[in-house]
Amino acid sequence: MAAVTETIEAVQSVAEGGYKWGFETDIEMEFAPKGLNEDIVRFISAKKNEPAWLLEWRLKAFALWQTMEEPDWAAVNYPKIDYQDAYYYAAPKNKQGPKSLDEVDPELLRTYDKLGIPLREQAILAGVEGAGDSPSEGRMPIAIDAVFDSVSVATSYKERLAKDGIIFCAISEAVQEHPELVRKYLGSVVPQADNYFAALNSAVFTDGSFVYIPKGVKCPMELSTYFRINAKSTGQFERTLIIADEGSKVSYLEGCTAPMRDENQLHAAVVELVLLDDATIKYSTVQNWYPGDAEGRGGIYNFVTKRAACRGARSKVSWTQVETGSAITWKYPSCILQGDDSVGEFYSVAITNNRQQADTGTKMFHIGARTKSTIVSKGISAGRGQNTYRGLVKISPKAIGARNFTQCDSLLIGDECGAHTVPYIENRCMSAKVEHEATTSRIAEDQLFYCRQRGLTQEEAVGLIVNGFCREVLKELPMEFAVEAQKLLAISLEGSVG
Amino acid sequence: MLRIEGLTAEIDGKAILRGIDLEVPSGELHAIMGPNGSGKSTLSYVLSGREGYEITGGSVTFNGVDLLAMEPEERAAAGVFLAFQYPVELPGVGNANFLRTALNAQRRHRGENEVDAMQFLKLARARMKELSMPEDMLKRGVNVGFSGGEKKRNEVLQMALLSPKLAILDETDSGLDIDALKIVSEGVNALRSPAFSALIITHYQRLLDYIVPDRVHVLMAGRIVKSGGPELALALEASGYASVAA
Repeated sequence: MAAVTETIEAVQSVAEGGYKWGFETDIEMEFAPKGLNEDIVRFISAKKNEPAWLLEWRLKAFALWQTMEEPDWAAVNYPKIDYQDAYYYAAPKNKQGPKSLDEVDPELLRTYDKLGIPLREQAILAGVEGAGDSPSEGRMPIAIDAVFDSVSVATSYKERLAKDGIIFCAISEAVQEHPELVRKYLGSVVPQADNYFAALNSAVFTDGSFVYIPKGVKCPMELSTYFRINAKSTGQFERTLIIADEGSKVSYLEGCTAPMRDENQLHAAVVELVLLDDATIKYSTVQNWYPGDAEGRGGIYNFVTKRAACRGARSKVSWTQVETGSAITWKYPSCILQGDDSVGEFYSVAITNNRQQADTGTKMFHIGARTKSTIVSKGISAGRGQNTYRGLVKISPKAIGARNFTQCDSLLIGDECGAHTVPYIENRCMSAKVEHEATTSRIAEDQLFYCRQRGLTQEEAVGLIVNGFCREVLKELPMEFAVEAQKLLAISLEGSVG
Repeated sequence: MLRIEGLTAEIDGKAILRGIDLEVPSGELHAIMGPNGSGKSTLSYVLSGREGYEITGGSVTFNGVDLLAMEPEERAAAGVFLAFQYPVELPGVGNANFLRTALNAQRRHRGENEVDAMQFLKLARARMKELSMPEDMLKRGVNVGFSGGEKKRNEVLQMALLSPKLAILDETDSGLDIDALKIVSEGVNALRSPAFSALIITHYQRLLDYIVPDRVHVLMAGRIVKSGGPELALALEASGYASVAA
């Protein structure tokens, strides 16, 4: 078949230039010595000026990590990671308190520019005094926390949010300013010993975002964190903790990019969400870490633990993720549905092109009565990409009347890629109802020809068909993010069809 | 004008078109009739640029340019439209989005301004009314869950919106009841102008009661064996292809 030959050629010809966020910012950095040991853990904790309890918490995690084995059950292959051959702390050298944009390191500003962060937010993020805290005109503001390698650079709209009692800041700042909240909830959803990568994160996490929404407060704007790995040979270990108190509501977005490098870089984040009675959290991710080149050189190893605890009755958490980047993605945003009538949702699009591998899905633990969960997973494989949906739906005997609906669809582009679906269902409750649907399809030659006959180029046609395939997930994203995500899907698949 | 000279084409080494000569001047509608396997659909796909057909000889020019050297989307932008015998489903892709994307892709290619969503909706609604199509068909996925008649009407709607210079209708009448046939025919007749020409591929004379062609050609075993006026279609209906070929 001509189409197949051309597909192979096109996939082979995909240039490294296809990744538009692959630039490196030349900023003066401060590093910890390479490698990982107790001293490094102490170094990080000291850098952050942490209280003793947190240092001990880290050291305990480090001790646990040393006794653990790296998991090998996921359908991903990669050479053994040398954990001693990386930096665990890297931070831009900070000249305190610039007065205007002119005083800010121009490289940092250029980075924000390339990332598409508007100038006003840039000023706020760069810490320019008096630049923020009143929403810009004519447009819904988004409060942004920017995490650059190991530190949160700045957070915008903090004072506006504080009027409603909302706390949105770097977690290192929260440790100083709100130790009682951090101490109460840190590790309460993802314990130190939860898994190998969570233990590692607990020992060496450097920064991340902290959010607290007080009782009855609906957050008036989207909260967003932008993660950027910039420094070479650096692992990124951010920790995000969001607490939604009774009756509160928040929508949180995260985005991430990294420079193109021949080496693999490790990203092992932990995200913990806590929901009390009647709270709602919508957590959206567009993950666009550098995926490596066409031959599989370089790219981010994305080993992430994300979990939400719906502790309160009628609480609702919704995970939406669009995973287009990373060489390897290992990620299962999960929901512990403990409160009666609590709801968990997982909407996912995962793309693997070239040599990318993704093993992703979710876990839904139904504990409370009448708990409900919905899983919609769309996997797209192109080139020699391997895409696995791995999910667990576990229903405890007390989850009377629990319901789950799962839909897993896979789309294949070309004939060297793979799609796999591994759904686990454990139901211990007679009155629960569990549904699972799965499909696998290809972009048909007649669909492409139909679009091209109407005037679309091959790439526009693939973009249109893939976006149609992902529609149920994309419509869950906040409007501005959805538009970005649609473009990203098309870019990620550029050259995947001949 | 479309000019086909000595066109030969094969699929997987099997010759399907064995030397087609045909001219369709601007403003004319030509019907191509022939039994199954005579090469009618192959001709429509070769003209529109579908993969999998090897052109082994001859030439096709459209208004003086070499059609065979162009990508399918370039042919579309140049004004070639194929109404599919089996319109393809695109799940999750809204019909309105698809039509506007196609229209704007063609306009961009021709260096024209794109139409915005409001302009497009106005345009689409007017055309849909003419074709008696319910408005919710704009919101549904492209051809998803459409009945056979709806799919064909959707093809004619696309044709009306894209206003091609050459329309190739590949058995657009198959599977249509008499009411749908009338609506589709009116859609085609409405496009008639000195700048529009069409190749109407059909099995049956029935369609030609509603769309009266300037010329009728009989295609058999990859060659045009006979050409004539509309009366040729009636003769075929009465006595069959075999008598014509003889």
